[in-house]
Amino acid sequence: MIPYLLRRLVYLGPVWLGISFIAFALSSLSPGDPARLTLQRQLDRQPTAEEVTRARQDLGLNDPFAVRYVQWVGQAVTGDLGTSYRTGEPVLGALLERFPNTLRITLLGLGGAVVVALPLGVMAAVWRNSPLDHLSRIVSLLGASMPSYWVAYLLILLFAVRLHMLPVAGRGTWQHMVLPATTLGLATSASLMRLTRSEMLEVLGQDFVRTSRAKGLGPRAVVVGHALRNALIPVVTVAGMRFAGLLGGAVIVETIFAWPGIGKFVLDSIFDRDYPVIQGFVVFMGTVFLLVNLVVDLSYGLLDPRIRLGHR
Amino acid sequence: MDEALDGGISTVRSGGESRDLTWRPPRWVVARRLLRDRPAVAGALVLAVFALVSIAAPLVAPHDPAAVNGRAILQPPGEVYRLGTDNLGRDILSRLIYGARWTLGTALLAAAAIVVIGVSVGLVAGYFGGLIDDILMRIVDVLLAFPSLVLALAIVGTLGPSLRNVMIGMVAVWWVDYARVIRGLTVGMREREFVTSAHCAGASAPHIIFRHLLPNVIPSVIVLATLELGSLMLAISGLSFLGLGAQPPTPEWGTMLNDGRAFFQRAPQLMVYPGLAITIAVIGSNLVGDGLRDVLDPRFKR
Repeated sequence: MIPYLLRRLVYLGPVWLGISFIAFALSSLSPGDPARLTLQRQLDRQPTAEEVTRARQDLGLNDPFAVRYVQWVGQAVTGDLGTSYRTGEPVLGALLERFPNTLRITLLGLGGAVVVALPLGVMAAVWRNSPLDHLSRIVSLLGASMPSYWVAYLLILLFAVRLHMLPVAGRGTWQHMVLPATTLGLATSASLMRLTRSEMLEVLGQDFVRTSRAKGLGPRAVVVGHALRNALIPVVTVAGMRFAGLLGGAVIVETIFAWPGIGKFVLDSIFDRDYPVIQGFVVFMGTVFLLVNLVVDLSYGLLDPRIRLGHR
Repeated sequence: MDEALDGGISTVRSGGESRDLTWRPPRWVVARRLLRDRPAVAGALVLAVFALVSIAAPLVAPHDPAAVNGRAILQPPGEVYRLGTDNLGRDILSRLIYGARWTLGTALLAAAAIVVIGVSVGLVAGYFGGLIDDILMRIVDVLLAFPSLVLALAIVGTLGPSLRNVMIGMVAVWWVDYARVIRGLTVGMREREFVTSAHCAGASAPHIIFRHLLPNVIPSVIVLATLELGSLMLAISGLSFLGLGAQPPTPEWGTMLNDGRAFFQRAPQLMVYPGLAITIAVIGSNLVGDGLRDVLDPRFKR
């Protein structure tokens, strides 16, 4: 397990550098001049050409690209991702402050998706070609095809506007989290259900399942105790990969439900041309994604000893 | 799985007959199997109808999609305006019909660019191997290290909101999947007899890549492209929905949803129909993609 972990960690370094490079290179795509933009915010008027030239010098913008990148990475490693043009906050602090909110609805959405998908997927596999199986197929097609930003409004119309069961938007009580999490988790739930079903079908056809049936185990012990355990590994992998994707998808959901997470913050920053925040967001999410993938890899190392020992 | 095994043992036993990995059923078999797959046929019909409607938009649309009518604002669906009107009194049905051009057209254009870049990179990396392969695949690794929406969002956000920039953002991020899959297939074919013999006959690298390798990956490319067309549409209209893509008054479906947000409690038709249009189009392409995958390339089965 330890060498496996080390191998994975060593691999992370170059990838992280690549991520930081992309984030930094983004800034050269921006149509505006950072010196001018910064001055405009500070002075609240159009800066003179002379002021812009001096600011470019002070901000080090005249240095070669490589020098600026090395400097920037050096600061990024120590947690300094620059300051927001818009709010004057340090970017990392601003992102970290809002991240727990995003994490909350994402975890709730993913958790809900797994809780719904596992039993339905197992049942669809065990009762193959039953009405339930066909229904699961239709539901999963819909789940994969409906835009989340549309589903959100349908849910609001139904549960908030018509039935008055849940609040439309905002935060405060647990009820505020139900609709954002549902919106976020729906598509994932559909695909996890299909995956659970197909993995279960494959495992249920294997010899050891027939053996455990033959030796007289009850259907529940066979399905849950033997088959599900083996079908779980790919499901866990995909759920983990989906988790990071959900963090990205939270931008849309947070905007709709006015949920004060990292995604809404970034979108507001985009419309304000607050480039340091956009840049910081890329580094931050890239880092989180790497860590999540690492945890997923390690966790199925725990689930399946064959992977841990390197026989694969 | 190591490469030697993939490339060396090119034939697998399947159903009692020897079958190599690049073997494909003849076209007429593919066509017959597809036609028997009723969901896939339904999906293809849906896409065909959408395509026809968007091409023939001026003939089909009952109203001018940009015509503002101050006396018919936020009308519910009725006789004159079949799906109702929006906050400026514009006909929603006509806007949806013209919107098909934007939403489907953008997705197709982006998909074409993605396929060209992804397949080229995959073929080059897989055929040449070595340093080129290493460099290209490290780039792929880094791009795969992002949730795709995050990077696309950042690129569009930096370049500034517009449909063109959305396409740039999507293409910059999405070619990676193709590159990885096509590289894998190419590596598997590199040591095969038909490549070696072409090489010995003095064929140049471009000749081998275009005439011998490319035709063999095309079925997988078609499967992948149709499977991903739906998510591409979802992502593009998603960015438009956030206000980053097509700008009003363009009747792109995602933009229409964004425009409708402020009024959706009074006039749900503003939200319901554009979303329904996206959903139906995505279902169509998913059904076709599933059907093509089952027939052409069962390896992608998940």
